[in-house]
Amino acid sequence: MAQPPDVIVAPAIEMRGITKRYPGVVANDRIDLLVRPGEIHALLGENGAGKTTLMNVLYGLATPDEGQILLNGEPVRINGPADAISRGIDMVHQHFMLVPVLTVAENILLGLEPMAGPIFIDRSAARRRIIELGRQFGFEIDPDARVGSLSVGWQQRVEILKALYRNTRILVLDEPTAVLTPQETQEIFAVLRNLAAEGHSIIFISHKLYEVLEIADRITVIRRGRVVGERLPAETNEEDLAELMVGRGVELTIDRGTSHPGDVVLRVDALRVKDDRGNEVVRGVSLEIRAGEILGIAGVAGNGQDELVEALYGLRRPSGGSVTLRDAPVTGWSPRGMNEAGVGYVPADRQRFGLVLPFAVADNIVLTSYYRAPFAKGLLRNDEAIERAAVRSIGEFDVRTGSADAAVRTLSGGNQQKVVVAREFGRDTSLLILDQPTRGLDVGSIEFIHRQVIAKRDAGAAVLLVSAELDEVLEMADRIAVMYRGVIVAVMDGRTADKNDVGILMATGGQNRPEAGAAIMAP
Amino acid sequence: MTGKSRSLRDAVTRIARQAWLVGALPVVSIVAALVVGAVVILASELLLPDHAFDPTLPIASYLALLDGSFGHEAAIVNTLVSTTPLLLGGLAVAVGFKAGLFNIGAGGQFVMGALGAVAVGVAVSDAPPPIAIPIALAGGMLAGAAWGFIPGFLKAISGAHEVVTTIMLNYVAGFVLTWAVTGPLGVPQSPSPVTYAVGNAAYPILIGRNGHLGILVAAAAVVVMWWLLYRTTLGFEIRTVGANADAARYAGMRPRLLIILAMTMAGLLAGTAGAGVILGINHQMNSTFTTTVGFDSIAVALVARSNPLGVPFAALLFGAMRAGSGLMQIRAGIPVELIDVIQATILLFLVAGPAVQRLFRLTAARGGLVSPGSVEPPAPVEAPG
Repeated sequence: MAQPPDVIVAPAIEMRGITKRYPGVVANDRIDLLVRPGEIHALLGENGAGKTTLMNVLYGLATPDEGQILLNGEPVRINGPADAISRGIDMVHQHFMLVPVLTVAENILLGLEPMAGPIFIDRSAARRRIIELGRQFGFEIDPDARVGSLSVGWQQRVEILKALYRNTRILVLDEPTAVLTPQETQEIFAVLRNLAAEGHSIIFISHKLYEVLEIADRITVIRRGRVVGERLPAETNEEDLAELMVGRGVELTIDRGTSHPGDVVLRVDALRVKDDRGNEVVRGVSLEIRAGEILGIAGVAGNGQDELVEALYGLRRPSGGSVTLRDAPVTGWSPRGMNEAGVGYVPADRQRFGLVLPFAVADNIVLTSYYRAPFAKGLLRNDEAIERAAVRSIGEFDVRTGSADAAVRTLSGGNQQKVVVAREFGRDTSLLILDQPTRGLDVGSIEFIHRQVIAKRDAGAAVLLVSAELDEVLEMADRIAVMYRGVIVAVMDGRTADKNDVGILMATGGQNRPEAGAAIMAP
Repeated sequence: MTGKSRSLRDAVTRIARQAWLVGALPVVSIVAALVVGAVVILASELLLPDHAFDPTLPIASYLALLDGSFGHEAAIVNTLVSTTPLLLGGLAVAVGFKAGLFNIGAGGQFVMGALGAVAVGVAVSDAPPPIAIPIALAGGMLAGAAWGFIPGFLKAISGAHEVVTTIMLNYVAGFVLTWAVTGPLGVPQSPSPVTYAVGNAAYPILIGRNGHLGILVAAAAVVVMWWLLYRTTLGFEIRTVGANADAARYAGMRPRLLIILAMTMAGLLAGTAGAGVILGINHQMNSTFTTTVGFDSIAVALVARSNPLGVPFAALLFGAMRAGSGLMQIRAGIPVELIDVIQATILLFLVAGPAVQRLFRLTAARGGLVSPGSVEPPAPVEAPG
């Protein structure tokens, strides 16, 4: 039940003076956190600020060195996740813990099957309760649907249902919107509001400022393991929160300055590309990018953007059309050929393509140039030169790592991406292809990477920026091309483009959308 | 405490921790397997009808094993000789692992290497040793390399999984062996199928009664493989393909070519092992030339965690157990097959690695399994009204 606001009640959770040290770092430094019943409490902080450690303490995955946890006013010790769950604390992780081949009901019941007799599972009772729980919080769910066939947004609801089924009163959500579309985000917010209205407490971990302002009743900001401020959404704004989070003023919207386009660097003509299943997902894309300008490609994910850039960098062979780089035909060139021709590429999936996680930072920095002088002498690696270049890149691109020999796996997401950026930006390139360069990063890292992109453009590079974040394209691009179902349906000026117009074009392809293959050239 | 000695202590702690991280699982697995072996010894005593139960028998057995493998000079030489093929075979499997390949075919590559060495060795058996030995060895290496190339090539062009193809090629190698020994390479009118001897191509004995040149060949192979994998750009490419083939392609490497190369290299190493057994010990080949080297090599590579510098230690462990098992049988009455039990148990513990690590708390458990008992049965919830 929702508590009337004028009644003073014991906080659902109070964490007092939580300190957690790891070798070399204090992950949590005397953190106080107070969450009331029925409150949506946002925990805001950059990657590595200590949010996850704090939640691991709450969830029993980490034992605090100092401090105390009070649950409904009672001091408790939480010994592991099972203990946390039995006390009504549950966590929805960023990466879902679901079995795709099982149904919704089976996933929810895993580990606590209600029995009808000694052998058989009482499925019908469970199904009924799952449907009821869903309705209670505002959605209809089919308990027999296979989880693997559900959209990400629905899978997340299954995770939440799983927690509710276990009578959770305190729900921790770790960056729940990172994988959702704007519409799905709104839907999940509605669910969370219903939960709070029923008296559940929700801890919402995020680094997206506007979302936090929209959903939270109260915001606690953490920086470098310490609480640096607590705010009510009504008394703060994005700039204030960003400054708290990063510790200095942050320009949320970067000044892209004016571009001075030069000669055409990349010319793509009627390019066609197939995906892994053999479907033509790029159906005649033509575009031009000039030196010193950023061309942004806006589009809902899955409209052929990934295949387009993979074809441009030689990871995918085009099925038709041509690519010209500074008047030289490069259609179907290999990745190494493109690399040597002065093309830098930041792939969308940095952990799959951009990095070798178990390798050292230094090895990743020379991942595309390891075979050239000075990093190689004939067949031999020149470890000294590699180390020197790595140390220089680490400094120049502010990669936070213990040393150049540390495995990239041990770095935070933002720093992993900085390793990729250091490698691709740190050399002479005439064309930069950036696919989702800031996905999943915090504001500080995003600002940093955006500055680097602008600097590269101003130094005369042509930049192709693909992003599912429309705001990013609108902020960064000098020209915007909207991609819809494998074709470019519109090209517009990045400074005058209207967010709503672009959004509609992304969603529908627009009224007068051209036939596949029709060329839209740069103005 | 001064700052300097503290930083020294920190450095020592850090190195010790890293060594523990890499070596803990193998060491714990070995110790646990020895305990299991002791239990097996005790249990087997209980099954013997007229046997006074001796609780110290496991200790006596392991002491005999130790004595038989390191007790005196001849024992040490025997241990080195038994270690040599395991070392080369272990490298052959390890280089596969480094490239992301599971080379089950070291056994077949070993047989083909032996066959190549005997075929070429017999042909050059009258040449002076400095000429005959390298040529015969090269024959074995090339035959093994060819046997490794086949699964690599098949994987590169069609994606055929190396586990399947190498297992099949192990059988094929066995049949080729029988055919060669009874046919083209066999001594005519011999009562049992056997080849001619390799004559001057035989490895010279360097230490003891049977410590042959192959020991040095194996030691050199360790250095070469470490150098290749960690000091050359080719090694970097192989390791990259093994760690993340997509990233390797993105980085402009050629994963298919590297897979072929790595498998060929693995075959070459296993072939060197086979050649060593022929040129160093048997000197000729009969149709019963069977071996467990292939599977033992997998064990060696796993215990060494695919690190070329760890392979000699793992190979020495298994080689010593093989060499010492005879004395254990004589002195303690424990059959040599106990070694297979221990070896298999080590593998079981290693393969079940993550579970073992949790069991012995070698790493903090990540994530938690919810035990059903800890969760209250859900209370009925009223329908929204």
